Amino acid sequence: MTGGGRVAALGADAVGKAFGRAVVLRDVTLRIDAGEAVAVFGPNGAGKSTMLRLFAGLTAPTSGRLRAFGVAGPDPAVRRRVGLVAHQSFLYPDLTARENLRFYARMFGLDDADERVRTWLDRVALAEAAARPVRLFSRGMEQRLALARALIHDPELVILDEPWTGLDAASADWLVGLLRDLRGRGRTLVVATHDFQRGLDVATRALIVHRGRIAWDGPASTADDLDGIYRQVTGAVAA
Amino acid sequence: MSAAWRILHKDLVLELRTREALSGLVVLMLLVLLTFTFAMDPEGAGNAAPAVQWVTFVFAGLMAIQRGFLLERENGAWYGLLLCPVDRGAIFVAKMASNVIVLGLAQLVLMVLLTVLLGASVLAAPAAMIFVNFLGLVGFAALATLFAAISVRLRAREMMLPLLVLPLLVPLVICAVEASRVVMSGGSLASAGAWLRVLATFDVIFSVAGWMMFEQLVQE
Repeated sequence: MTGGGRVAALGADAVGKAFGRAVVLRDVTLRIDAGEAVAVFGPNGAGKSTMLRLFAGLTAPTSGRLRAFGVAGPDPAVRRRVGLVAHQSFLYPDLTARENLRFYARMFGLDDADERVRTWLDRVALAEAAARPVRLFSRGMEQRLALARALIHDPELVILDEPWTGLDAASADWLVGLLRDLRGRGRTLVVATHDFQRGLDVATRALIVHRGRIAWDGPASTADDLDGIYRQVTGAVAA
Repeated sequence: MSAAWRILHKDLVLELRTREALSGLVVLMLLVLLTFTFAMDPEGAGNAAPAVQWVTFVFAGLMAIQRGFLLERENGAWYGLLLCPVDRGAIFVAKMASNVIVLGLAQLVLMVLLTVLLGASVLAAPAAMIFVNFLGLVGFAALATLFAAISVRLRAREMMLPLLVLPLLVPLVICAVEASRVVMSGGSLASAGAWLRVLATFDVIFSVAGWMMFEQLVQE
């Protein structure tokens, strides 16, 4: 799947998702090229998290067609290229930080698992807490470890749902730097957030999701107007 | 299979660290057996031992298997597993193997408790007893693991797992009870052959079905 010579990391064609009678997403059509950094904004309940779970392959669309790297449906080869940071950390509370990262690194078949675990524990400033069970971590520490878990296999497509939650100001700024670094290395980013400033700091494109639809899609460079656009589209004030 | 081994290793490390499944199983089995012991005529307790054994095992085992999946739901670790680039059948194989190991240990304790509390003749033919228990255990673990994976995302999961699994377990429980009765009364495995063949068929069907269907069953 290419367009203008670029490869599509994600392509959605009239995608819908319903849970029973509750329709959460409807008629979502978009294409995200490899190397793009997309910030997804929208009020609570707009469907952002469901959209991200669909992109990550954790849930299947009820209607329409969704492709990741040109492949539709669950495929281990595609999962190898995707990293997801969600509301939950996906970490085992009774394993230590090191054991959690080592487990995921090995599940991704990384030959240099131990080296990557050491590197990421240093990057997220948890080397000293590496032998502590995750159950004893603060929310911020767990969130940093969740980032390491999602990025340890160096995924091409990084999907983040409210990644700044629980982080203090310094860690939040560090995360902005990390995401910019990923963007600079050609990784595709999809970041759902209520934090306009930080979202636009890392994104090249912005989406506004409202009532299960993509209500606005444009370049992040229109940041000056985005607050007004958001208010116009959703009837709400941006965070 | 290396993915299955890694998940199994992780599950066993967690169990060794918390000992929640095994300790819960043993306490529950002890309570159920004590209730049976006081409720039954001591003269006939030995005859009822095979039925008591499998009823106790099934109810305690369902609780333990469900707990294993609830552990995965804490912090959403289950989704972390689903995101890994492995055949999802390997997740089923690992979960089933982990359940077989933990429930196998629980069965050993149950044999001791049956001997002490009900005077059951579990040592009449030890090798045959282990074989019958193993066949019953594998079929139970395969079916319960499969349905625990489905029911864990339901709202009324504690209620749904027994409701879904118990009717399907009826053939397994009948065959396991009858085969255990033959072995405890000193009969040979050959004399329990018909029951054992049904048990083995049950094991193969649900182990293979679980492995093949897991991908579809866990997709939301």
